[in-house]
Amino acid sequence: MTSIPLFHVLILSSLLFAIGFVGVVARKNTLFILMSLEVMLNAIGVAFIGAGSVWQQADGQVMFILILTLAAVEAAVGLALLIRMQKKYRSLDIDLLSQMKG
Amino acid sequence: MLANLASIDSLFYLSGLVAVIASLKVVTGNNTVHALLYLVVSLLAVAVCFYLMGAPFAAGLEVIVYAGAILVLFVFAVLMFGLGKDETTHAPQNKGLANMFGAMTLAFALLIEMVIIINNGDMQQSLQADVIDSKAVGIMLYGPYLLAVEIASFLLLAGLLAGYHYAKPDISEGQL
Repeated sequence: MTSIPLFHVLILSSLLFAIGFVGVVARKNTLFILMSLEVMLNAIGVAFIGAGSVWQQADGQVMFILILTLAAVEAAVGLALLIRMQKKYRSLDIDLLSQMKG
Repeated sequence: MLANLASIDSLFYLSGLVAVIASLKVVTGNNTVHALLYLVVSLLAVAVCFYLMGAPFAAGLEVIVYAGAILVLFVFAVLMFGLGKDETTHAPQNKGLANMFGAMTLAFALLIEMVIIINNGDMQQSLQADVIDSKAVGIMLYGPYLLAVEIASFLLLAGLLAGYHYAKPDISEGQL
């Protein structure tokens, strides 16, 4: 790490994570919830890269690549589900899904 | 004068600020396409942060895979949704470039940052000093983390199958 303290990296990471979390909890549009999830995964990546560069180990970047894979799969499956939802309900309101039973 | 202001620290804080502002705009946005635009800016700002933290390989991956592939997937999905009524009726009228102004300003700040970094020889040297290069990452990936890579490939396969299964036209509803 050059001169950026780890503490500040973690502050940035937790700020981004909190913003994404508020988005997931507060939004009604499912597409915005997916975007907020991307922001959250990105924040975790910041924490991993910061820690990896403090200790000068490659493990942080390895974990970032795995998170990247997870984000790609999550976006693909989530968007496919959203397309189904749009076809069925003609809307992306997450409250419509509260009637699922069993 | 500019060289005094531009330390690696201050550039990191600036790009972090850009990331936070852009993420806030993503979460609070009304229009889907504008929110996606801000999401791209947020990812690019985080990529600049990675570069300044000595991880240029991760920064490149962030731009290519996140901003290049995942966000394009989102854009395709938004195009398929056709921007439902509840999104467009409350959105402001088309004002030309005015809609893109905020995102473009943030992206322009990131561009200026990158130009400052590339032009500053001292900064380049101190960044080069503790870079973790892609060779080290590759050795780790195919050494101790081999099992994790295999599991990630299974995850990708599962995602592929799930995407195919969900996006397949429904047989019971007749043709699509």
